[in-house]
Amino acid sequence: MVNPIILSVSVLGGLGLLAGSGLAYASKKFVSKIDPKVEAILEALPRANCGACGFAGCSGFAKALVEEKAQANGCIPGGEGVANQVASILGVEVEVREKRIAKILCYHRGASQTQFDYQGLESCRAAALLFGGDKACLYSCLGLGDCIEVCPFGAITLIKGRIEIDEEKCTGCGKCISICPKEVIALVPEEKKVHVLCNSKDKGAIVRKICKEGCIGCGICVKVCPEGAITLKDNLAYINYEKCTECGVCVEKCPTHVIEMVNG
Amino acid sequence: MLHLFVIFLSAILVNNFVLTRFLGICPFLGVSRRVETALGMGMAVIFVMTLASLVTNLIYNLVLVPLNLLFLHIITFILVIASLVQLVEIVLEKISPALYRALGIYLPLITTNCAILGLALLNVIKGHNAIQAIFFGLGAGIGFALALLIMAGIRERLELADVPVALQGAAITLITAGLLSLAFMGFSGLVKL
Repeated sequence: MVNPIILSVSVLGGLGLLAGSGLAYASKKFVSKIDPKVEAILEALPRANCGACGFAGCSGFAKALVEEKAQANGCIPGGEGVANQVASILGVEVEVREKRIAKILCYHRGASQTQFDYQGLESCRAAALLFGGDKACLYSCLGLGDCIEVCPFGAITLIKGRIEIDEEKCTGCGKCISICPKEVIALVPEEKKVHVLCNSKDKGAIVRKICKEGCIGCGICVKVCPEGAITLKDNLAYINYEKCTECGVCVEKCPTHVIEMVNG
Repeated sequence: MLHLFVIFLSAILVNNFVLTRFLGICPFLGVSRRVETALGMGMAVIFVMTLASLVTNLIYNLVLVPLNLLFLHIITFILVIASLVQLVEIVLEKISPALYRALGIYLPLITTNCAILGLALLNVIKGHNAIQAIFFGLGAGIGFALALLIMAGIRERLELADVPVALQGAAITLITAGLLSLAFMGFSGLVKL
């Protein structure tokens, strides 16, 4: 009688060897051709699998490119560099797309005034289910950081209770925008420095009560803007970034200082 | 012959793998959002289950039993199922790219599915022979696909329904799954095994 330990090891090892060699043989025998272009493109892509291109991961995008179902500049995180690389692999021309980054359109970015004490799951989406969150302002950033978790580039952090987006790291893939229950994040052109840091569509009187730095929809900025770049909609000022020249008049005149000029 | 039919039918309805035995709940909730993907997954499961049921049964009865190594059955089954699915995937990619794309990601996902391992172990417990194992595997696969398709159909309708905020998403899905399971209890008197 063979020692059961040796027997079991050899049986299992034999089965493993059999299965392994069978698989090795099959993978050699049934090798399927992968387009070398797909591999080359995949090399050039950031491989964050963020899905901003609209395809299932970077490999899906690479396949779509070779099949001419996607544009060479479709990779938003990759920006100009990747677009040029991809275009040279495919041998096509590419038009450069303006780089955009995510911006939280809330002055307090998670530190705004609260109306009750929220004790629950540390997630904006969970908190938003309960009366729209603990913040007094219904449109405010909740600051629990669902965007931090979802950012594939580690560009978002929580600093002293406020959400900060690192403009260097942000690639504008838009993942944070789709996960935010408050829709308080927007994509803005990177080189533009003037932004309305408010998302509140409440009437001015309500905004005044709950937030010192909210847009009250007074319309002063609309009047003072020399370029006519600001419009008022739903009690909230919007900047048309194509027209804005960053003169800074609106920043000066805004009574609640909610229009901000970032020092570039 | 009748016995085989009873095994087959009971695996589909009476002892449905998902709704009665609660095996393979993960893909049941994960891939039941669209009828289309549910169908793809269901087909892949039927295919793999039938094949895995037969192969593990043969290995058990022809290798492990004669050598008196019954205690190795779980690890052997895992090994066999994993390499079998890999093999099927490689061969399928070459022979039928269309079917390969249709089954897609679901094929490798099934490798680690508890329903497959459960099937192999149940074959051992019930002492099935090779032919019984084929019918049991086929029935189990069809039962899984059936449960998946019913769930997907309901969930597609649920998307249009006015679900209370607190119950939306995972909550209503789990409630639906529970009610479905209750409904399948009605089959429990159909056959006795």
